[in-house]
Amino acid sequence: MNDFDIAVIGGGNAALCAAMVAARAGARVLILETAPQPYRGGNSRHTRNFRCMHAGPLGPLTDTYDEEEYLADLLKVTGGKTDENLARLAIRTSEECLPWMEGHGVRFQPSLSGTLSLGRTNAFFMGGGKSLVNAYYRTAQALGVTALYEAHVTHLELNGNRIEWVDYTHLGQSHRITPKAVIVASGGFQADTEWLTRAWGPAAQNFLIRGTPYNRGVVLADLLDQGIDSVGDPTQCHAVAIDGRAPKFDGGIVTRLDCVPFSIVVNKNAERFYDEGEDVWPKRYAIWGRLVAAQPDQVGYAIIDAKARELFMPSVFPPLQADTLEGLAELMELPPAQLRATVEAFNAACGDTSGFHPTELDGVATSGIEPAKTNWARPISDPPFFGYSLRTGVTFTYLGLKVDARAQCSAQGNKIENLWAAGETMAGSILGQGYLAGFGMTIGTVFGRIAGQEAADYAN
Amino acid sequence: MQTELIEEVRRQATICNACRYCEGYCSVFPALHAERAFADGTITQLANLCHNCRGCYYACQYTAPHEFDLNLPKALAEVRRDSWEAYTWPAPLARRFHTQGGAIALALVAGFALLFWAIRALGSAGGNGFYAVLSHNAMVAIFLPSFLLPLVSLAISLRRYWRAVGGSMLQISDVKVALTRTARMTDLATGHGEGCNFEDEDRFTQARRHMHQAVMWGFLLCFAATSVGTVLHYVFDAPAPYPFWSLPKLLGVSGGLLLTLGCGGMIALKLRADRQLGDVAAWGGEIGFIALLGFVGLSGLLLYWLGATLLMPALLAIHLGAVLSFFLLTPYTKMAHGFYRLAALLRDAQRKR
Ligand SMILES: Cc1cc2nc3c(=O)[nH]c(=O)nc-3n(C[C@H](O)[C@H](O)[C@H](O)COP(=O)(O)OP(=O)(O)OC[C@H]3O[C@@H](n4cnc5c(N)ncnc54)[C@H](O)[C@@H]3O)c2cc1C
Ligand code: SF4
Ligand code: SF4
Repeated sequence: MNDFDIAVIGGGNAALCAAMVAARAGARVLILETAPQPYRGGNSRHTRNFRCMHAGPLGPLTDTYDEEEYLADLLKVTGGKTDENLARLAIRTSEECLPWMEGHGVRFQPSLSGTLSLGRTNAFFMGGGKSLVNAYYRTAQALGVTALYEAHVTHLELNGNRIEWVDYTHLGQSHRITPKAVIVASGGFQADTEWLTRAWGPAAQNFLIRGTPYNRGVVLADLLDQGIDSVGDPTQCHAVAIDGRAPKFDGGIVTRLDCVPFSIVVNKNAERFYDEGEDVWPKRYAIWGRLVAAQPDQVGYAIIDAKARELFMPSVFPPLQADTLEGLAELMELPPAQLRATVEAFNAACGDTSGFHPTELDGVATSGIEPAKTNWARPISDPPFFGYSLRTGVTFTYLGLKVDARAQCSAQGNKIENLWAAGETMAGSILGQGYLAGFGMTIGTVFGRIAGQEAADYAN
Repeated sequence: MQTELIEEVRRQATICNACRYCEGYCSVFPALHAERAFADGTITQLANLCHNCRGCYYACQYTAPHEFDLNLPKALAEVRRDSWEAYTWPAPLARRFHTQGGAIALALVAGFALLFWAIRALGSAGGNGFYAVLSHNAMVAIFLPSFLLPLVSLAISLRRYWRAVGGSMLQISDVKVALTRTARMTDLATGHGEGCNFEDEDRFTQARRHMHQAVMWGFLLCFAATSVGTVLHYVFDAPAPYPFWSLPKLLGVSGGLLLTLGCGGMIALKLRADRQLGDVAAWGGEIGFIALLGFVGLSGLLLYWLGATLLMPALLAIHLGAVLSFFLLTPYTKMAHGFYRLAALLRDAQRKR
């Protein structure tokens, strides 16, 4: 195990991109992936697309999507908390990534039914992220990369401006290797509930983790303890509202719920707490994670009636269903009288609904009620009634390793000569807050490739 | 049909419907995503649209050990076979042969025996070549009913299928769409045209598609050879034997080669593939069927090659015996899948029009 030039820590998109580029450049590369083989690929195995700049039609992408528009979209969601240089680097490079990905086995498909709005900006992987990960492992293997599963990295020894060795455990045994260069691509720490609870508060115990249970931030914590420069708000994570019945980990995309704009959402006291119709759902998807996190027991309940049943993408768990509001309240363990009062107050506040239009901001709003519902406000009146519980689902954490345009890490501003980072673990260097659909895979691909090249140049 | 099998597909389809990542792989997913709840007939139709390429299994982030335990290729294969068993007339035959390779072997032996008996009992009425062993009229007497009976059975079965999946009156355009898709085996290429994930886990290869093409075209060529021979016999009064450079021989020999190679290749691929991603219970029946079909091709070739030797009468009995069992078993073995699949493609063309 000591014959390797480069150790890549992690086995997701960023790690694989780095490993393939480094191997192509002639380095002997070892991937240390903590997950067992069936779960290899971290959060990348749950993805569906990446966001890609393009000057004209490119692969599955229609029309054009230029650097300025891409950057503007990014600045909108991050509220300006963005490192513009790194962001531009990621955006600009994304265009050459698409053919590169195809060259490494990734196949694309037209944007999925129900996601037509992304057909211009996001290239969808055929079969999703796991097929991308599979293709990359095959290509990496053909390039001579060795991948070790269930290899859990515990420590990188920092000495001055060098990483001296890497410790990991494998099949119950501890190992120490001394590669010339190390690339960290082991994601965030969201799967470590204790850490999340320290950062966010006790509410975090009730959060669900949308992706892999293996991103526990072990390497991140180890490096931060040794004084490696960090970036990103340590108390924050990206979270969305998902189906409350989702598994604790790895529920992935199917636990998404798109019913909120056509519903009223109440807390466990059967009281509404926010404008459900503020904007089209993709734009409001992310804030509902926080909204639900702020409610008692970190749970919400979306309630719709028969009119709304077919207006949104079907979800994985069927809704609870009852012919009366009281019946539904019972099923959902909500106070029945209060639920009826809330619904009646809401219904009374609804006005003219003739302009209702499910796919655009229709201005069909309530009046004289707090909080208002400013679009798609139709009375909840036609039985049967349906209910979904909502919980906070964490996608990733923001705290990460600070890198420069060469994906290199530093300590107190001084470069660590043989340490690079790519993917979610350094995404905070670009995204201070917020998230733009498909940008995670762009960051991983762009910076993974850079890290791989830089590390190989160093090792050779 | 068996409700647990349908229920299992329904459970998995609900997950796929919320995911949609596999939409581009094959025609199952667009048909699946067009529904919100899945009627039994829809599930039967989805099952018959699937050709077990396994792309959606290896791509799936929810396969075991994940608690969602997705294995759509297997679940669909089970419903598919169950639908054949349920709709085929008479159903008990389908239940026997779909799952039991041994039963197919027995049928084959019975076919041999019948032909040996026929040669002894009926013999020749003084013809040339093969007809010196068994007369043309005797052959027709045996093979005409054994060709027509399966067709009757298939017609009844497909009618039942068509009702179950809610098919309506066919239009020319439906037929055109479905036949083009069959001829190209578009779906066997998967969405990106690089084949199945069959014999080497998640690696895409064209091996299965090519072998399947060989089997299908080989079979059709052999069938054409027989048809041409029949036309020559009755219309042009030119009975067999034919020289090598004649249409029946050229079609027959090339078809026999393709069929033999294709079936051999299919078996080799099936042996390497993961059985848990298909209908485990039907594995033996499927292998038995492919072996039988391959044997039809092989024995035909041997008969051609050794037709002028003393072995000829025995080989003739063996070959014709194999052909006979193959024909008779058509509605009750994997051979039926071609007909059901065509029906499914026709139905799918209707859905999309
Ligand atoms: C449900 C879901 C859907 C998403 N959809 C999209 C999308 O469509 N498009 C998009 O751009 N982004 C999407 N994202 C975000 C995206 O997943 C990430 O931005 C991206 O996958 C990050 O890639 P990565 O390689 O940095 O991390 P990961 O893919 O998470 O890989 C981290 C790897 O490190 C390994 N690891 C962790 N700790 C150790 C250790 N101590 N030792 C060894 N190995 C370790 C893990 O096992 C894992 O293999 C989605 C996220 C989720 C949860
Ligand atoms: S098989 Fe898996 S990845 Fe494919 S659509 Fe279904 S749930 Fe999604
Ligand atoms: S096995 Fe192949 S044909 Fe069947 S559903 Fe999956 S991708 Fe489609």
